[in-house]
Amino acid sequence: MLDRFKVALAQTKPHLGDVARNLQQHEEAIVGARAAKADLIVFPELSLTGYHLKDDVPSVAQRIDSPVVRRLEELSRDITIVASLVEETADFRFFNSALWIERGAVRFVHRKVYLPTYGMFDESRYFARGGHVRALDTGLGRAAVLVCEDLWHASTIYLAALDGALFVVCPSSSPLRGVSEDAEQDDNARFWELINRAYAQTYGLFIVYVNRVGFEDGVGFWGGSEVVDPLGQTLLKAPYYEPALVTCEIDLAVARRKRIAAPLLRDEDIDLTLRELTRIRQGGPR
Amino acid sequence: MTAAEEVPGALATPEVPLNAPLVRRLLASFIADEVGKTGATRVVLGLSGGVDSSLAAALAAQALGAGNVLGVKMPYRTSSADSLQHADLVAERFGIETMTVEISPQIDAYFERFPDASASRRGNKMARERMTILYDQSARTGGLVLGTSNKTELLLGYGTLYGDMASAVNPLGDLYKVQVWDLSRAIGVPLTVVDKPPTADLWVGQTDESELGFSYPDVDRLLYAMIDLRYGRDELVAAGFAQAFVDAVALKVQRSQFKRRLPVIAKLSRRTIDRDFRYARDWGL
Repeated sequence: MLDRFKVALAQTKPHLGDVARNLQQHEEAIVGARAAKADLIVFPELSLTGYHLKDDVPSVAQRIDSPVVRRLEELSRDITIVASLVEETADFRFFNSALWIERGAVRFVHRKVYLPTYGMFDESRYFARGGHVRALDTGLGRAAVLVCEDLWHASTIYLAALDGALFVVCPSSSPLRGVSEDAEQDDNARFWELINRAYAQTYGLFIVYVNRVGFEDGVGFWGGSEVVDPLGQTLLKAPYYEPALVTCEIDLAVARRKRIAAPLLRDEDIDLTLRELTRIRQGGPR
Repeated sequence: MTAAEEVPGALATPEVPLNAPLVRRLLASFIADEVGKTGATRVVLGLSGGVDSSLAAALAAQALGAGNVLGVKMPYRTSSADSLQHADLVAERFGIETMTVEISPQIDAYFERFPDASASRRGNKMARERMTILYDQSARTGGLVLGTSNKTELLLGYGTLYGDMASAVNPLGDLYKVQVWDLSRAIGVPLTVVDKPPTADLWVGQTDESELGFSYPDVDRLLYAMIDLRYGRDELVAAGFAQAFVDAVALKVQRSQFKRRLPVIAKLSRRTIDRDFRYARDWGL
């Protein structure tokens, strides 16, 4: 594990349904990240496919052993890659998945658990729901991957933190929704920026949030990717609405200092949580 | 405007907000992105001299460059001279190219056979005539047809189906009329255009607000609370909107739903267009 490493945020504008073109876009960003001496490059949610796929989901889906994934594995020999796609399983289910690709192989797959299906969203119609929230030991330290809406459920970051994650990588396709007066960005962006800081500080970890840009069917994505440190400080902020490739250094010693100053995770009473969750699940008295 | 004055303004609901600098930026990137991904570089739009098409033209000029925007003036012989003058003023302000196609000959030829046709039949026919001209100019120039229907009109169904409602890309469809006014002022649409009473100019003396029976500020505030904030009927009345006003507007929104959807298709096969054959409009773009 490295105490310090450099992360690149690839704030891309995927082409809807065009995996070959998007793979090309990944290759170019990876070249740029390598030139900037990044150890890790993170792409947005569904970076290889675009977001509003609808009935196109099965046509763009990839098996984990597909040539597209193999190409990303080849590219990962000297840089760790987090890329996202539609994952097809052997029993023909389709997941909204993010892949952790390191030293030439897919090390971990996070399948999006919370598929928004309300308002403008329709993900459960097309995707199967993931069943795990796990941290993993990577070459860069212990990390968890949570995809977009996953992070809107406080339970996922709670689990990731208790599972030892020092940084959480969140690929996102967050649309513009609700443009209010006197704000620099839309309501959605402001909410994300609020929770990224709150989670980072609450759990003493880094949040690496990577959102996409561009329009699909009139729906815009606001970009604004960022890295927030355990003190709640913004280490890196990509521009709103424009593609970007930006890098910063993550120093895990900051997490150590924060956790010494405020050992909230150490003091977390998992047994209490489990008891209360069991009671709530059984519908006991509140 | 007497009808509008009888409608009490509702004080307990929020004003319709507008963040002009951000919306301007977003709509310009929206036009550039959605037009660009089709392979087109240009747009054509009907330039009426009204505020909606003026704003759409200004946004398109910002997004694509003024040289890539063609404003088509399509007057009928009863169209007001002001409208044409205002269209020229707007074209000059934003540096866009214009052309004029009179629609009187074909409209008059048609209605010679139906001399008793009502004003609204004539108005709809004109709107559809203009649509066919825009799509032909689209084919001629390779520019996409830019829509100019705002959210108020679309919700109330105050537009002609397959007429002025037809377009490829519509930057105004999520802006209420009062937001169109505010954004137009911010972007520099001439004030004579912004401040004049809105009219479809389909017949002499027509104005939107007299035809609709209420003012845009009143109905926009109601629609914003009803649609965007999801206030229920009772909540709207409690907020100070007259019950009859709420019901009339709700009915207009409901009755015009057909104008916002594809025609009804009888489902026979396993995959029917727009029911279980679902793709983004930007599919493959």
